[in-house]
Amino acid sequence: MENRLFDTAVQELKYKVLKELICAYDKGLDNSIYHDIPIKIMPGPKASLRCCVYKERAILQERLKLAMGGDKTNKNVVEVIDIACDECPVNGVFVTPACRGCITHRCAEVCPKNAITIVDKRCVVDKEKCIECGKCTQACPYNAIILQKRPCVASCKANAISVNADKKAVINNDKCVGCGACVYQCPFGAIADKSYILDALDILKGSENNKKYKVYALIAPAIVAQFNYAKIEQVVSGMKQLGFFDVVETALGADMTLSEEAEELKERGVLTSSCCPSFVKFVEINFPDLKKYVSSTPSPMVMAARLLKTMDPTGKVIFVGPCTSKKFEFQSDAAKEFVDCVISFEELQAFLDARNIDVSTLPETVLDNASYYGRIFARSGGLSEGVAALAEKSGFKAAPIAMSGLEECKKQLLMLKVGRSPYNFFEGMACEGGCVNGALCLHHGPKSLTDVNRYGAEAKEKTVENTVKLFKLAGAVTKEPEPEA
Amino acid sequence: MILSVCVGSSCHLKGSYDVIEAFKKLIAEHAEGKIELRACFCLGRCADGVSVKADDKYILGVNGANAEEKFMGEILPLLG
Repeated sequence: MENRLFDTAVQELKYKVLKELICAYDKGLDNSIYHDIPIKIMPGPKASLRCCVYKERAILQERLKLAMGGDKTNKNVVEVIDIACDECPVNGVFVTPACRGCITHRCAEVCPKNAITIVDKRCVVDKEKCIECGKCTQACPYNAIILQKRPCVASCKANAISVNADKKAVINNDKCVGCGACVYQCPFGAIADKSYILDALDILKGSENNKKYKVYALIAPAIVAQFNYAKIEQVVSGMKQLGFFDVVETALGADMTLSEEAEELKERGVLTSSCCPSFVKFVEINFPDLKKYVSSTPSPMVMAARLLKTMDPTGKVIFVGPCTSKKFEFQSDAAKEFVDCVISFEELQAFLDARNIDVSTLPETVLDNASYYGRIFARSGGLSEGVAALAEKSGFKAAPIAMSGLEECKKQLLMLKVGRSPYNFFEGMACEGGCVNGALCLHHGPKSLTDVNRYGAEAKEKTVENTVKLFKLAGAVTKEPEPEA
Repeated sequence: MILSVCVGSSCHLKGSYDVIEAFKKLIAEHAEGKIELRACFCLGRCADGVSVKADDKYILGVNGANAEEKFMGEILPLLG
């Protein structure tokens, strides 16, 4: 059961806390967990990660608090753990001893702010003038100049992270889009996502083995790239052992989202996707003029949950995904009626291990609800491909662009804003590469993309046609085509 | 009567959508207004799919080819 493929030790720490919390839940929670769980994870007496074992344990207490839902007064699903923040130096641009004191001074020539002067044959940066554009770091033939940004600040493409007087990271909630990039990037694990695992456990427990109501797990398609020590069919068996009545692909909702967005594009002419809530938030905050282009189609998660709730009105839906932003989306007005809880892949792994379920030893349970197109939503470009195919079928041309990561989104949205964009459909994903690289994936890498494509190709349904029929039959369609005038 | 066809993974692979299409036609021909067709996830009989439930009665092993036979022989008579 060891040898999990987490990318980082920080993920593993978070996982250990979650696992111990779930074990404690099963025995009956009480206040002793704040004392016992940190000691169990960091028995000491020597510190292995920080200055002393007491600090390590204090940080674990904070992680435990986040695992139990975090600060209820803070609406953001991502929080800074102050005492875990290592106050990384914020030197900005700085010149290393590798500077040879050459005579061309490309660094000074390229600087747009004239912040570089040559003193005693060496490059000196005026911090007052420097805007940290990084051009000099590229220009120096000896790579002698480096731009040192805090990993959290560098990771945040929404410019929501700053450093306060105590040198601690601070998240500006008015700018934060909840993508979770900082959660994955902070090398000290000082920024973390809140967990709703206790709510999920309560929902499952309250169902009394699906007798009082049924609990459905909606799994995001990125899951195929996650549990690489087992088959997805075994993971489904494991989830049923955890108490889920059935496991349904969110990709089924993606099929429907795709169909409705293609219709919408035909009507409206220019459209951006709406499946990534962090992207939508990014547009709202940074490009309010472009908000009118954002699709009004519900995201695949909401769409699939709506189908489940129309088919089984007393059922409960727990979404399992790679994503911090789904953790705030499910609490929004558009989703809260349909989605009862969201947990991450990391949390699912902890849940399975807390219950001693080794999925690699289980028999397989088939998983097949959605089409090829719904499944490839998990990667950047999947939605665009689907929209282009549907558009062609109904006789109009879509010119889609897959914007992968917020930097790319910003670039393309600027073009749209000034009316210079050659595209009419804008697929926006906050995470580079799409959901398959989501912040709460167990691991990230190029192999994930291959996994998603293979999973897509394995779907029985090659088009979204049958899914659309199913939604119509269930009465879960959100947009009826306008009757012809 | 409420006629539910399972569209869970296992039944889907065995042809739920064919069964639904066949039932839609048969209802229109023989029992318009008397049978409400629905879809559901998992009737708990995954090995015997496609699983269908007519009110409280299970009708198992349905597929596109035998849908008419099952409908005429086992479902219509339930209407009384």
